[in-house]
Amino acid sequence: MDSKIVSTLREAIELAGLKDGMTISFHHHLRNGDYVLNMVMDQVAAMGIRDLTINASSLFDCHSPLLAHVKNRVVTKILTDYMSGGIGREISRGIMEHPVEFRTHGGRPSDIAQGRTPIDVAFVAAPCSDPMGNCSGKYGKSACGSLGYAHADAQYARKVIVITDELTTYPLLDWSIDETRVDHVVVVDAIGDPRGIVSGTTRITRDPVGLVMARQAAQVIRHSGLLRDGFSFQTGAGGASLAAASYLKEIMLRENILGSFGLGGITGYMVDMLKAGCFEKLLDVQCFDLNAVESIRKDPRHQEIGAEHYAGVSGRSAVVDSLDVVILGAAEIDTDFNVNVHTDSSGSIMGGSGGHSDTAAGARLSMIIAPLQRARLPIITDRVTCISTPGRDIDVLVTQAGIAINPKNAELKRSLISAGLNIVDIGDLKEKAEKLTGRPARPVPGEREVARVIYRDGSLLDRIYNVRQS
Amino acid sequence: MRRSMLFIPGNAPGLLINGNYLGADALIFDLEDAVAPEEKDAARILVRNTLKYMDFQGCETIVRINALDTEYWKADLEEVLKHKPDLIMLPKAGTEEEIRTADYFISELESKFGHMPGSVGIMALIETAKGLENAYAIAGASQRVMALFLGAEDLTADLRCQRTREGREIEYARSRLVSAARAAGIDAYDTPFTDVADDEGIRSDALSAKALGFSGKAAISPRHVSVINDVFSPSPDEVNYAYEVMEVITQAQMQGKGAVALRGKMIDAPIVARARQVIAMAEEMGAGR
Repeated sequence: MDSKIVSTLREAIELAGLKDGMTISFHHHLRNGDYVLNMVMDQVAAMGIRDLTINASSLFDCHSPLLAHVKNRVVTKILTDYMSGGIGREISRGIMEHPVEFRTHGGRPSDIAQGRTPIDVAFVAAPCSDPMGNCSGKYGKSACGSLGYAHADAQYARKVIVITDELTTYPLLDWSIDETRVDHVVVVDAIGDPRGIVSGTTRITRDPVGLVMARQAAQVIRHSGLLRDGFSFQTGAGGASLAAASYLKEIMLRENILGSFGLGGITGYMVDMLKAGCFEKLLDVQCFDLNAVESIRKDPRHQEIGAEHYAGVSGRSAVVDSLDVVILGAAEIDTDFNVNVHTDSSGSIMGGSGGHSDTAAGARLSMIIAPLQRARLPIITDRVTCISTPGRDIDVLVTQAGIAINPKNAELKRSLISAGLNIVDIGDLKEKAEKLTGRPARPVPGEREVARVIYRDGSLLDRIYNVRQS
Repeated sequence: MRRSMLFIPGNAPGLLINGNYLGADALIFDLEDAVAPEEKDAARILVRNTLKYMDFQGCETIVRINALDTEYWKADLEEVLKHKPDLIMLPKAGTEEEIRTADYFISELESKFGHMPGSVGIMALIETAKGLENAYAIAGASQRVMALFLGAEDLTADLRCQRTREGREIEYARSRLVSAARAAGIDAYDTPFTDVADDEGIRSDALSAKALGFSGKAAISPRHVSVINDVFSPSPDEVNYAYEVMEVITQAQMQGKGAVALRGKMIDAPIVARARQVIAMAEEMGAGR
């Protein structure tokens, strides 16, 4: 065989033997610019295949056509780690018979590897591939950088179909997935819209309240006892998280601290920290912007990793187990430090754990940055609408009005108080916000279960119910 | 202590409720330039309710009302004085008569709302050539006048000169203002630096103001607050020196000595007065020993 190229997607699906009731999978590296999931679903629907389970590492609103396939029962079950608000709103109406299963970025590959969620056919969108299926996200017009979330799919699926819009000569070097895993290659005009795949640049917030929180967060890290040579760090792409990284960078350069690695979804800001000498290496499961894509392509210190290596629980270890500090966000946090990143104030699905609970569990210090209120709503509640990450894994909450420490961390609390930081009780923060906002009425959920939140070890963390229609 | 005073637009609720978390010693809720005429009424109510419901925890509150030559200033005062701010900033202060006019109306409202007579202070905003030339008279026009504040943007327009990064065009105004304020025994505050992104510029501008004798400086961006606080705070060396001065003076008094020296320099009354100011400020900042 000198080529695995098949002329059409339909032919590849037929060769893979896709039948009613099977499971197919997708990765989300093309984010909100992805064409591949819709392309495949339209094709399988046209072929009359029904009752499929979709296992997608994340679903964005560009995947909204999927909802029509749900209504037509082409798709009857969804497993994912994250779901944007547009799709989430429809799922929250109770349109599916089976509840969506939310896993984490570490739990998903672990369950695939251990056969708990077997995949019949994995569709791997690849920004470049050679005719035998050696493929990568680093090159091509739709370059997205790392293909970390697709590694487990390619390794364990019964059949693997690579879909690319940039065919290179054999052999492609510097592959993410090698040909031993790939059955068929399909070449299409475009796998995605580059404008939705990665943002041009990720920007640090200019919101003064966000900057206040970011400065506090950097001070918490500074005085945590973890900021020393060999320090490792992960932060999100949100404005305040990036601003915290910016303050942290100043501290690390001023105090001449050389960290070992930066982890995660990687932004240009983490690349800047690598170049400035804050870290020796970057471990990258997903690139968020063009600077990160360019860096992973050119800089050997910037290494792609698979999701199981990043955060899984089925292997003998994962990188999150060696992580010092992670900065995370929260839609809600309760006075027991449980965090919700799955549902909005009406109880409608608008997110998912992604790597939230994996990194919170693994890191020595997991920190939430959140303002006291967003628009009309207080962020700290007595009990979160949905538990995405259990409070036992959260160490610190940083708000503009002070820093709350989980009572399990008495030593950290002492250190931060003696460093002069404004340490407050989480209940006092809640009261302070409620003085302004009052206590908004909680959404009353319906009786139909629309999603389950499955922790990284496979245990059931929470259930999400349908939103009642007014 | 007012090292930094941060302007917050009176029509920005997200900033109003978070003002005390932004690090400034004082907040200036602005009803004047930041608020368009059609929004004056809503901003007034928003600022009034902010004063009513928010706990600013030691952060001083100042309201910049509209100037006396507008139709808004009385309504501004009637609304915001219900929930007493610490100071009223009076823009375009030009004569002592204007101060007296405001003083009279504020007195009426203090009585109406049951506030202690004279408890609402005035910070006079000097931003016209006329105001600058009358600065000393303005500073002494009422017991309420606690400080003079230089507004360089309007002033340079009135002087018909360009406002520059270096600020040579306002050197005279700065010196004149500090002199008038100090002669009247009150504080002087410097104009904001308007380039939000120029981190070097704000530091050098604040250092110039401090060197001339200003007590602090206003900011239009929260980003400038920490630099201003830094510049107008005594350094650890200054604090240590102030404590040494006080120790030497105390010992000299106990030993009945007249003149004493420290680090080869004679310690005289102005040095002692300055040391007392530095220690008072350090203790207020929590940095005393």
